[in-house]
Amino acid sequence: MSGFHDILLMKHELLLVISALVIIIADLFYSGNNKSGIINFSLILFFIITVISFVPTGTGNLFGGSFQGSSLTDFMKDILNVAVLIIFLQSESYLKKPENVEKVGEFFAIILMTIVGMDFMISAGDFLTFFIGLETASIPVAGLAAYDRYKSKSAEAGVKLILLSALSSGVLLFGLSMIYGATGSIYFVDIASKITTSPLIVIGFIFFVSGMAFKLSLVPFHLWTADVYEGAPVNVTSFLSVVSKGAAAFIFTIILFTVFKNIVHVWEDVLYALAVLTMTIGNLFALRQDNIKRFLAFSSIAQVGYILLGIMGTGALGMTSMVYFILIYVFTNLAAFGVAAAIYNASGIENISGYKNLYSTNPKLSLLMMLAMFSLAGIPPVAGFFGKFFLFTSAGNKGYFILVLIAVINATISLYYYLMVVKSMFIDKTDTPIVTFKSSVPMRISLVICAIGILSVGFFSGIFEYIMSLSSIIF
Amino acid sequence: MIDYSYTIFIPLIPFVVFLITGLFGMKWKPEISGWLGSVGLGISFILSLITGYFYFFTNVTDHFETIIPYNKVWLSFTDKLHIDMGILLDPISVLMLVVVTTISFMVHIYSLGYMKGEKGFQRFYAFLSLFTFSMLGVVLATNIFQIYIFWELVGVSSFLLIGFYYQKPSAVAAAKKAFIVTRFADLGFLIGILLLSFYTRTFDFSILTNPNTSVFSSMTGAGFLGMSAITWAMLLIFMGAAGKSAMFPLHIWLPDAMEGPTPVSALIHAATMVVAGVYLVARLFPIYYFQTPDVLLFIGYVGGFTSLFAALIAMTQFDIKRVLAYSTLSQIGYMMVGLGVSGYGGEAGLGYTASMFHLFTHAMFKGLLFLGAGAIIHAVHTNDMEKMGGLRKYMPYTHITFLIAALAISGVPSFAGFFSKDGILTAAYHTNKILFYTEYITAGITSFYIFRLYFKIFWNKNTQYEHKPHEAPMTMTIPLVLLAVVSTFGGFIPFSDFITPDHIPFAEHMHWGVAVPSIIIGLLGIVIAWILYRKDNKIPARIVSALGEVYTVTYRKFYIDEIYLFVTKKILFNGVARPIAWFDRNVIDGFMVGVGTVTLKASKAIKGFQSGDIQEYAFVYIAGTILFVLTLLYYLG
Repeated sequence: MSGFHDILLMKHELLLVISALVIIIADLFYSGNNKSGIINFSLILFFIITVISFVPTGTGNLFGGSFQGSSLTDFMKDILNVAVLIIFLQSESYLKKPENVEKVGEFFAIILMTIVGMDFMISAGDFLTFFIGLETASIPVAGLAAYDRYKSKSAEAGVKLILLSALSSGVLLFGLSMIYGATGSIYFVDIASKITTSPLIVIGFIFFVSGMAFKLSLVPFHLWTADVYEGAPVNVTSFLSVVSKGAAAFIFTIILFTVFKNIVHVWEDVLYALAVLTMTIGNLFALRQDNIKRFLAFSSIAQVGYILLGIMGTGALGMTSMVYFILIYVFTNLAAFGVAAAIYNASGIENISGYKNLYSTNPKLSLLMMLAMFSLAGIPPVAGFFGKFFLFTSAGNKGYFILVLIAVINATISLYYYLMVVKSMFIDKTDTPIVTFKSSVPMRISLVICAIGILSVGFFSGIFEYIMSLSSIIF
Repeated sequence: MIDYSYTIFIPLIPFVVFLITGLFGMKWKPEISGWLGSVGLGISFILSLITGYFYFFTNVTDHFETIIPYNKVWLSFTDKLHIDMGILLDPISVLMLVVVTTISFMVHIYSLGYMKGEKGFQRFYAFLSLFTFSMLGVVLATNIFQIYIFWELVGVSSFLLIGFYYQKPSAVAAAKKAFIVTRFADLGFLIGILLLSFYTRTFDFSILTNPNTSVFSSMTGAGFLGMSAITWAMLLIFMGAAGKSAMFPLHIWLPDAMEGPTPVSALIHAATMVVAGVYLVARLFPIYYFQTPDVLLFIGYVGGFTSLFAALIAMTQFDIKRVLAYSTLSQIGYMMVGLGVSGYGGEAGLGYTASMFHLFTHAMFKGLLFLGAGAIIHAVHTNDMEKMGGLRKYMPYTHITFLIAALAISGVPSFAGFFSKDGILTAAYHTNKILFYTEYITAGITSFYIFRLYFKIFWNKNTQYEHKPHEAPMTMTIPLVLLAVVSTFGGFIPFSDFITPDHIPFAEHMHWGVAVPSIIIGLLGIVIAWILYRKDNKIPARIVSALGEVYTVTYRKFYIDEIYLFVTKKILFNGVARPIAWFDRNVIDGFMVGVGTVTLKASKAIKGFQSGDIQEYAFVYIAGTILFVLTLLYYLG
């Protein structure tokens, strides 16, 4: 079965592994004053493999079904790659700081390894591959969270993440073993055909859900989120909240749609409860935040609550609305994080109340932030509106009107705090606004990409239809 | 058969000029924008003349074909119901094409002189191009929805141009007034279009205006408040037409619109935009005639009333542009009367033909009057005719051309207005005597007020001016002379050979029985004006005091503005808006504030969960998992 063509199914994973290794080795050759040269090297390398990965390779599976590739999974992996590319561009000036320059190589290698794990998760055909992918994607992240190792908050974030992550992985693995015990297989296809609602499987399923809910920071499994997001460096936070969550949402949806498709009535009830809790609690917490990272952390919790609505739609429409939303979510959140990072790099300010009158000194950044906030709040015609619209449509098609109503009420509440940011930047007056500054070139490139994404993804209906065509093949 | 596909450039050139001037104009010297606009429109003008020549003079058949060089589906609702964008050439659209580009071209050149040195010169030319583009879009539309789209664009560009002097509060108020009134009328237009398309399942003129069409059969049955759906639809569409053409009682915006620069008044509020309503009725004439003759008659009466009403007001006004504005209302009323009394086929279509003829001649002489007024205002820096007099010595070209236009509008034989007005009067004489007498009297009043204007400006007292008035520059006098030539000889065009309701020419005859009395009443008006105003004297003042209240009521424009104010301020604001505002502020806002407070309280209450204590996090995690398991197992039994 194996041959060059089949290996190409794994092009994302292989390219990432190779480049991670290349970066680690290259790191040895950059030393002393030109240590920061590794940043440009890694950026260019990653840009090249991102572009190469766009080449279509088709559908198939490897290793007796343990690895499954399709155009849809390729598309998901491409979204992650683009998101990581944007994060790399935004990290450049942070990494150039003297205290970080020694450990730059690690930053790139760790993140690349993490995406390898995520990609394997997405393509998993059995629970073993899935679990290994999950761990590959989780453990290194704790290292990233503690990247500012001399700052106690960062160290605290790393420790909290690794401990709770271990707990959740343990519970999840426990759940998987129960499912294996009940069905006698770890292959998705086999489990799907044997699944029932016996108590053992239900317990196993809930344990699995709680493990995934930890990754997605669904309420009540979310408590780590705020502390870790606040402690970690801005770029790591954006990685956690965008890439990590996006990947988790992809794999969670795939497994629900394939492995557990015969017990839809069970997991739809669970998701119903999780969605209501997550949206509401996430919004209520976000209302009070002043630290921009904590603010975005809670806002992203609420956003994942909306994603659950799309998943509950099931079928091709559910899958499509979820993937489409994540694509928008990537651009929107990275725009917000990017502006926050740019401001932090220039002034050290991390509080929304510190953004007062920013428009008078840095109009372009303020406008982009405004665009991102509008997109998160779902104000037409920016992309976020269309993303939410399709998620709600997906749930509405299944008849969950009360849930959609709750989601709409939550979206209205969220409008308040998103607009508070805009108000702070545009309306509130202060005598000492953040002084005018110029961001680095890579940062500006990344912000332009995000702005284009926010404005264009909603307008080109072709994107939604393209994802729909990919999803329709499978579901 | 000639390939007319080049006609796409006629509207396209002004649009491109608008984009270029709008985007980059501020970076250039002002004159460049002016010349770019004028040259662009010059090309459109020449193309329109060529089109007119080929369309009317190389026709070999016995009737004029409707030609559609372009028609693209722009927005598709269903297979049958779709909005197209295209170009339609038939006698009236070709006529309008020539009228619009001629006047617009003249105004473009004229404004090079008139607007020279104004702040926002480039902006002026950008808007002028936008207006011309929109107006051509209305004229060339292939379906009623395309007309509506461009109709609104015309409204917007008119708004922008009236409010051109946006630092002047009165100009801003006038712009708003014009926009709101016409927009209100367009609401009716839109509902009419929706009604029509709902029943007929089409927007397309080629289906709608076909006399033998059967698409209306479903509309005669359906009714509301005692009128059939088709009557409602056509009445509402006329409401839109009445708004743009300033028919009573939607006329109130037009006199105020004179706040705009004078070339704009000439282009938009005399020659082109205000006749859009007439054009719309003419465009839909077969529907009005065959399906809803009652509405057509109603249109005639509205036109007749407006023409008399506006002519009476025009006699008493002192602002020279306002006199011309009311005169415009009155003349558009004539055109509506012409359509209202017209039949279909053969000589019965005289009203329609004469109405279009009058549209053409009126555009020329009224454009000329406005441009002449502009030259006068340019020279003496006032609109008030009391502060003028004896100007014939200072401004010979303006004087002669203005006189020609005045003779034309008065219907003095051999000048253009005589022939077209005579056509309308003849058509009315044969079908509707009430309208005939109304228009007959109005003709006399018209020649009186226009010569009152003429004598007061050019003769009367020898006013001493602070600055000695001088003749306008070449760029302004050339358009005056050209328009004067058309106003003098344009009447000899045999219109019934070209424009008829059914596109089949007929032979028109002079009806001296109608023409002679109308010449007499026209000359009578001129003579009275000559007696009263040729020299400064006390007689007009004595007449005014003798008339007393009658004069005051007329001078105050029959208090129509005050009635509108009463309805909007006293009734709408106090009766409707205030209670709603109270409800909004107290009930709705109160509820929202309450919700906000509760939300914030809830947010505060759950703050304790986020303690930062990792053991507690783990506990919540496990507890949550177990709770889910237990609940689910309980439910699954």
